[in-house]
Amino acid sequence: MKKLGTTLAAGLMGLGTSAAAEVEVGMIVTLSGPPAALGQQAVDGFKLALDELDGKLGGEEATLIVEDDELKPEVALGKANALVESEEVDFVVGTIFSNMLQAIFRPVVESETFLISPNAGPSTFAGRNCNPHFFVTSYQNNQNAEVMGAHAQAAGYEKVFMIAPNYQAGRDNMEGFRMHYEGEIVDEVYVPLGHQDYSAEIARIATSEADAVFAFTPGGMGVRFVRQFRDAGLADRIQFMSVFTTDETTLPAQKDAAEGFIAAGNWAPDAENEASQAFVAAFEEKYGYVPGGYAMQAYDAAMLIDSAVAAVGGDLSDKDAVRAALEAADFTSLRGDFTFNTNHYPKQDFYQLSVKQREDGAWITSMGDLVFENYGDSFAEECSM
Amino acid sequence: MSTTLILIQILNGLQLGVILFLIAAGLTLVFGVMGFINLAHGVQYMLGAYLAVALYGLTGSFLAALVLALPLALLLGLVLEFLVFRHLYDRDHLSQVLATFGVILFLNQLMKVIFGPASLSVPPPAFLDFSFTLVDGLLYPAYRVALIVAGLLVAVGLWLVITRTRVGMLIRAGATNPDMVSALGVNVRRLFLVVFGFGAMLAGFAGVMAAPIFSVEPGMGDNLLIVAFVVIIIGGAGSIRGAFVAALLVGLVDTLGRTLVTDGLRLIMDPSSANQIGPAIASMLIYVLMALVLFWRPEGLFAAKVSR
Repeated sequence: MKKLGTTLAAGLMGLGTSAAAEVEVGMIVTLSGPPAALGQQAVDGFKLALDELDGKLGGEEATLIVEDDELKPEVALGKANALVESEEVDFVVGTIFSNMLQAIFRPVVESETFLISPNAGPSTFAGRNCNPHFFVTSYQNNQNAEVMGAHAQAAGYEKVFMIAPNYQAGRDNMEGFRMHYEGEIVDEVYVPLGHQDYSAEIARIATSEADAVFAFTPGGMGVRFVRQFRDAGLADRIQFMSVFTTDETTLPAQKDAAEGFIAAGNWAPDAENEASQAFVAAFEEKYGYVPGGYAMQAYDAAMLIDSAVAAVGGDLSDKDAVRAALEAADFTSLRGDFTFNTNHYPKQDFYQLSVKQREDGAWITSMGDLVFENYGDSFAEECSM
Repeated sequence: MSTTLILIQILNGLQLGVILFLIAAGLTLVFGVMGFINLAHGVQYMLGAYLAVALYGLTGSFLAALVLALPLALLLGLVLEFLVFRHLYDRDHLSQVLATFGVILFLNQLMKVIFGPASLSVPPPAFLDFSFTLVDGLLYPAYRVALIVAGLLVAVGLWLVITRTRVGMLIRAGATNPDMVSALGVNVRRLFLVVFGFGAMLAGFAGVMAAPIFSVEPGMGDNLLIVAFVVIIIGGAGSIRGAFVAALLVGLVDTLGRTLVTDGLRLIMDPSSANQIGPAIASMLIYVLMALVLFWRPEGLFAAKVSR
């Protein structure tokens, strides 16, 4: 409530005076439908950062406008247009889903507003179509799957069964897994998006000779698949590896069904650095649930903006100076080392994560072996800016 | 593709069919008897699942949650009937679709507000928390067997009610010729209320039973609703027998299709093309089946003889 008050006050002040010494941020994330939990994490992460900065970014009063894209491209586009044209925000932070990013990308960057993605990192804007006004604080979408593949290779799994929903991201993740994995792919199965009952696929896995499964089944799909996989007794003899399937948004429902399952990522809530531990404690205190990567990346996005606004002394009119300040990434990322690649996607460490129960009973992903150090994506070299 | 795998997939297909039947049974009665298009049937299924979550949280027992959820689902159905649906019986189908679609949006959002957007789960009852071994290393949870048995019991029970009781007779008569039933002095409105409440309870039952297997989340009934409509169109609106046969048929075609189509295509083309095309064709199969049935039997396989 206090935050709302400061935001309102800041907003009213903006009406009265010229909005020169003020930072306006518009946030577009998905807050409806089943994936709303992801968007909520991002909003909460960003707001926590604002709170810690006393409602300021770079020392200037900050206004945050949160919009729901409803997971509909036309809605996302409408909200983005409103943010850059009517509100004239200085930064747009969004989105969770890549297809939403694709919808809002052109109007935002063409208005020369800085667009910072706290999660979506499609290959589309990582290579030839990279843009000076676009930054990503998460990862390039394929990278987690690449890390999982590299881990599978290192761990010596000989036969892997792959499963993903039948759409672009599903195929991208399977390609990503293949990049560093050299063993045999015994089968790859595509299920409809939002698939309910996996018993048919589980029967195929059981009768295949796979010693590991690689799954990309985000959200509710993952909740069902993980529990059904466990119920079928496969978890004891086939290693479950996945991306976006066992994370802090799905673990509250998966619980012990996901115990020991392996994932890949750039961070986990038990990361052993002070900033991260303080963040997790403050987040849980304030919002009552465990933050996942979505919250961490949004928090980092806020801190990134904070560092850039501070570096230019609050003068956001010089776009080149702001861009240089953003590129410098002069802030303490919760994941530790963080720099921007030439395409404005991060170069960062990636880890193998595993699901475990914390002492207080909460289920979390936990940091495992370092798989890649300072790892950039494979599209950056096509980017020239 | 081994024989074992095909047998397991047939079992899986039957199980999917049973879940579809539980959802479609209520829908076919409402649609067949009242001529009412209730898109909100899917959210009534969702309400059942959320009732299971809430009541399990309160009582700590799945069975208690099931027993308590049924009258509550019935009550919620009657409330919806009273507030929304009864004003729509005399309106055209477009009004019904619009209004019931509004109910979907409202209730999906309401569940999100109350329970949050993340997926929830309910554990199966402890006495069913064991598994049968199907083949070496593949377990089949006892709960799923219980689900199949429950579905079959509901099917038999419904069949008895429809064919052996006075209410069942009125329902059959109402499905065939509602005007005549009304002319004979039966309170059709009250009959509709009974049918509707019963349909809502069946949907709620399906939701409770599905909760331990599927994830409980806003919008969980929306996809199943479409398939449930496919089932009642294939089976013939208003026919419980039709819904049962069609549900099993759709369950089998869908499950076996997803396994066999891609494998079949791999025999005649390279694997990556087969992986591209196979899932697309497999997901179309039940609609192709529906189109074929509509072509040869436009009234569905077991249509109640509708004369209006």
